[in-house]
Order: sequence, then structure tokens, then C-alpha cells
Amino acid sequence: MTKERHFKKGVQTRRQILKTGLAGSAAVLAAPWIGRPAFAQGESIKIGFPVPLTGPYGSEAQEQARCAQIAIDKFNEAGGLDGRMAELLVRDDKLKSGEAATRTLELIEKDGVDFVCGSLSASVQLAVNTVCAERGKIYNSISQSDAINEAENFSKYTFHEAMNPHMTAGAVGDYVFKNSGKRVAFLIADYAYGHEMARGFKVAGEKYGIEVVAEVKHPLASKDFSTFLPQIQAARPDVLCLCNFGFDQLNSLKQARSFGMKEQMMMVAPALLYNQRRAGGASVYSGVVGATNYYWKLEDEIATAKAFNDVYRAGNDGAPPSDYGAYGYAGVGVLLNAVTAAGSTDTDGVIEQLEAMKYDLYKGEEHYRTCDHQAVQSVFIIESKDEADMENEYDVFRILEKDGASEDMLRSCESLGL
Amino acid sequence: MTVNLVLLQLFTGLALGSVFVLLGVGLSLIFGLLTVVNFAHGAFYMVGAYVGVFALAHLGNFWLAMAAVPIIVGGMGLVVERFLVRPLYGRGIDYPLLLTFGLGLVLVELVRIIYGLEGVPFDVPEVLQGAVDLGIGWFPLYRLFLIVVTAVLVFALWLFLEKTSYGLVIRAGASDPEIMRVLGVDISTVWLVVFGIGTGIAGLAGVLSAPMTSVIPDMGTTVLVQAFVVTVVGGMGSLLGAVVAGLLVGVVVSMTALFYPELSDLAMFMLMAAVLLVRPQGLFGRKGLMG
Repeated sequence: MTKERHFKKGVQTRRQILKTGLAGSAAVLAAPWIGRPAFAQGESIKIGFPVPLTGPYGSEAQEQARCAQIAIDKFNEAGGLDGRMAELLVRDDKLKSGEAATRTLELIEKDGVDFVCGSLSASVQLAVNTVCAERGKIYNSISQSDAINEAENFSKYTFHEAMNPHMTAGAVGDYVFKNSGKRVAFLIADYAYGHEMARGFKVAGEKYGIEVVAEVKHPLASKDFSTFLPQIQAARPDVLCLCNFGFDQLNSLKQARSFGMKEQMMMVAPALLYNQRRAGGASVYSGVVGATNYYWKLEDEIATAKAFNDVYRAGNDGAPPSDYGAYGYAGVGVLLNAVTAAGSTDTDGVIEQLEAMKYDLYKGEEHYRTCDHQAVQSVFIIESKDEADMENEYDVFRILEKDGASEDMLRSCESLGL
Repeated sequence: MTVNLVLLQLFTGLALGSVFVLLGVGLSLIFGLLTVVNFAHGAFYMVGAYVGVFALAHLGNFWLAMAAVPIIVGGMGLVVERFLVRPLYGRGIDYPLLLTFGLGLVLVELVRIIYGLEGVPFDVPEVLQGAVDLGIGWFPLYRLFLIVVTAVLVFALWLFLEKTSYGLVIRAGASDPEIMRVLGVDISTVWLVVFGIGTGIAGLAGVLSAPMTSVIPDMGTTVLVQAFVVTVVGGMGSLLGAVVAGLLVGVVVSMTALFYPELSDLAMFMLMAAVLLVRPQGLFGRKGLMG
């Protein structure tokens, strides 16, 4: 009896493989024509993607989803995992921790996703991380945060593809303090991300002996900065570090410029974003120095950047992808690479592969540090161009320096409590 | 901390206050004369900024754009009053309030659909760029310009309301519309004009703020709140109140930012609470206007 059953099962399996093979290749052939490939074998590989589609970072989130889909398409066009196709399930987290936790829980419990990737805010990603850690699902975070790598939040399921404030501010600080005066003023958005950025800067400045002459905190999402600027001006710094993000950064820059501060001091914005720069205009940003994970011009020297840009351009009227968009591509891409390497979607197998892999998806070689799963990657120091120097509307930055991927940029595993 | 810094901070506060005056005066005007609480004020402000962007792109001149915005947004205000607000007169204060609240949401969504969430660049015109040395520190030329514009605007409004015969009709209509009707004055047209002026000023405030802040669909949300604080502190419907309250709020916010930055966001609300406790009708308001 038992033998017979085993035998039968064996036949079925063999048949299934045959079917899968045929259907798989059919799906590959069909894929370009029908957009979303048919699922060859019952279960597709599902990746949950909670991002703030609505709210102030909506356009950036949509860009991340577009780029993530490119990674999915690439995987599927290459045949998937023995014919098993990947699928991206995008959900709106509305930039709220509670909403993100609920959506993530639904993705895991109801939609049965294999992995989670996404989020665009430090506190939201911690909420997603908690849910995923509890449910034993791999979560690849694609937004800046220091806290996610710390012992309190880190679990073996946590991966951080984005750069963190420590390495970003560290790289920028290194460049700036080497090349300019030592009197430094800080304008800090009063929340975790702002404080993490400022801390990174101060650590970088220690070895250059910087002097902090002013430290002004502003409430998150301020519209008017005029009341914070006279104090900074009165302190006569050589460098002003803007430890804020998004529209806070744009507004504070605009207003600092109108106070004539751009002529009096060097302006540094650690997270200098492509879309923010384009929304703000060349004159507001020109001369501002910052860091980025990716700028499309890297395609001149990096083959994977060129390949990624070309696919993106083809689907977006020739416009290049943004830095945060590229995180979406890399975050999903690396998960799928690990699935291919592991030969399954088994969580532990994929974690093993992610820990062992060296990968180059869009910006040169990266790997995850074993103790905290932080992506060790190059940081690029950039300066915003004058309008006169721009070759076209997308040509907004000049790459000043490349800090190659090195674990020295990160805080030590011990200091994270790991 | 030097005396110069405190003086500069005080001046910054007055300059910020003049922006608040500009934000509050349109709201105050419509409320004082029509008893309509215009919740779409922030949306008209935002539309003003976007119309400014559009006008600048087509006219190529900041001054022309600045002149065109209040006319266009004021024109929108006329349409809104005539077809949406007018049918609701005499039905209590909450009807137009809810209507304008909804209208504000619709306007924000429309702009979001057309222009997206990212925001569009809008720069200070060349002649007003840079800063000037006031002796106590550097101050943006553009903000000095805003102080002048606000002063001129408030003075012109005061002249119009207090010194012209049409202004007399407007004021009379505000205190007793029935008698005005009996006297044969077309009070509907008066209200139409007032609503148009109020929204036009909101639009002007939007385009004038655009070079200082980001032009995004959400930009009117905080402005609505600030305009209400100014109006409530000054007294609903009082032009003088809006001016005094605007400047006062500016100075309080500025001084808090210097001495206790953690509270700078809250400062204006603490001021409002304090004023309401002592004078519930606001500094210069008439009693019982909400009744």
C-alpha cells in the first residue's frame, strides 16, 4: 500500500515537473505580450511592498514601486524560479506606523507573501520590521535608519538595503571638514532621523576638531524657518549642516539663501535627493553638498547602473530613475537573487544566501554585514549644479567623490549591542 | 546672545507677522462682513501659488503674475459665491462652513491630479534676491518687500471700506442687510464683491509665499490654521484686529524660537488660548458675531 502510494506520488511529481517546465517556458514567451505573466505553477513568489503612496512622499513611493516592478520583471523574464514567477504586492502605508503594521500583517496573513520590502520613513520601517520579525518573514528595508540595525530592533529577518544616517553623514562630514572651515552650525529636524544625522556628523567631525557654534532644532514639517536662522547667522559658522529631509530641507534652504547665508557659509545637506532637487530648482540648491546612494550619471562607469537606467528610461519617456527609486529596485532585486541562489523561497535558506552574497545590482558591489544585515555599499558625495552647467533637465548633480564600500563606514557590531 | 540678535529676532518676528496679516486678512474680511467661515481659504491660497507658477510660465514676468493671481483667484471666488455659497445664506453658519471645507478638499485633489505631489519650483524674482544689512544683521530683501506689500494692501482695504461710498454700503450691509434691502440696495452683489476680494487676497498671499516655501498641494493646510489663529486672536471680522494679531503672533513665534525652540510650534496656540480666556471675542472683535 504505502509503496504504491509513494510510487504514485513520484509519478505525479515527475509529471508536474514536466508540466511546469512547459508552462514555464510558455509564460516566459508570453510575458512581454501580456505584461503580468501567467503563473505557471500554483503559487507565485509574492513580495509585499508597503510604501506611502499617498502623503507627502507619494511620488517617491510610486517611483519605488515602479523600480521594484522592474526587478520583478527581470526575474520573471529570466524564467523565474524554475518557472515560478514573482509578483509584487504594493500597499499604501500612508506614512503612518499603525497603517504600515496593519498592511504588513495583512500581506503576511491574508496574501501569504514570502518576503516584505519597502517603507519610506524611519519610524514606519521600525513598525514593519517588528511585524515581520514576529511572523518570521524577511524584511528588506529601503529607507534610511540607524535604529533598525541596533540590537533592540534587529532580528535575523531584518535586512537594510538603504544607507544609514551614520554612514551618510560620516562620508559627507569627512569630505566637508577636510575641505573647509571648522566652525559648524546645525539645523536639525526635531525627530529621530534629524538627530541621527547630526550625531553622524559630529562623530565624523571629531577627528578634524570641529567646533559646534550653533545647534538649532526645528519642529518637523515647519513652513517658516526665518525665526531659526538669525541665531545661526549670528554664530558665524563656516559650514551649515541641514539635518532635515524633504520639504523641510527645501524650505530651510530656500529661506537660508534669502538671508544671504549661502554666500557666507557652505551649505551641506547629508541626504541630497534627486527628486527634491528637481522640485526645488537649480538656483535654490546650487552649490549644496550632500551624499547619495545613487545618481543616474554613475552609468558612465558602472555597467549595472547603465542597464538599470536603460530599462527604466524605456518605460518612463527617457527620464532616469531616482536615488530612492533605485532602492526599490535593489531591495526587491537582491531578495530574488537570493531566491535563485537558494533554489527555494525557504526563509532560512534565503537568509543564508543573503548573508553570503556579493551582489552588484545598480551601483557596484554590495554585501550585507553579517552581524546587523546592513548593506555595505559605496556612498557618493555630490554637489548640486548651477543652471548654467546643466546639460539637460536631469543633469542636476556633479559627483565629487566616491567612498567605496567598506565596513569601516559603519558603527561597530559591539556598539550596536550585537 | 547679543542685543543685536534679540533685535534681529524681534524684527524677524514682525516680518513673519506681516505674512500672518496677509494670510489672515482675507479670512477675516469674509467672516466679518458675510459671517461665512471660509474653510477653503487655505485652498485658495494654494491655488494662488499654482496660478502664480502657471502665470509666470506664460507671462514670463513676476510682477504681471503677481497682478494676475488675485484677479484670477478672486474671479474663482466670485463663481464660488454666486453658485455655491449664495444658496446657503440664511441657513445658519454651519452650512457654508461645511461647503467650503469640502470645496477645499476638492481643490487640493484637483491640483494634485494636475501637478502631482512633488511640488514645482518658484523662485524669488531677480531684483528681490539676496539680503540687506540692517545694521543688526542681514535680512532678506524679499521679506522687506512683503512688509511693504502687506502695508499697502491693508491701507488700501481700509481706505476702500472706510472712505468710499461703496465701503459704506458694505459696512451697512454687514450690520443690517434687511434695512439695506428695504432701501433698495442690491445686497447680493455686495456680498459677491466681498467674497471675491477675500479670496483674491488669499490667492495673492499664496503667490507671495511661493518663493519662501514649497509649492505643494498641501501648502494651504497649515496656512488655514494660522489664518484662523490670527482671526480669532484679533477678533472675528476686525481689520485692525487682524493686523495687530498677525504682528503679535509673529513676534511671539519668533521669540519662542529663540529662547525655547521646542515650543515654537505651540506658541501661537498658547497665545490664542490666553487671549480667549481674557477676551473671548478677540482683541478687537464685536461680541455675539457667531450667534
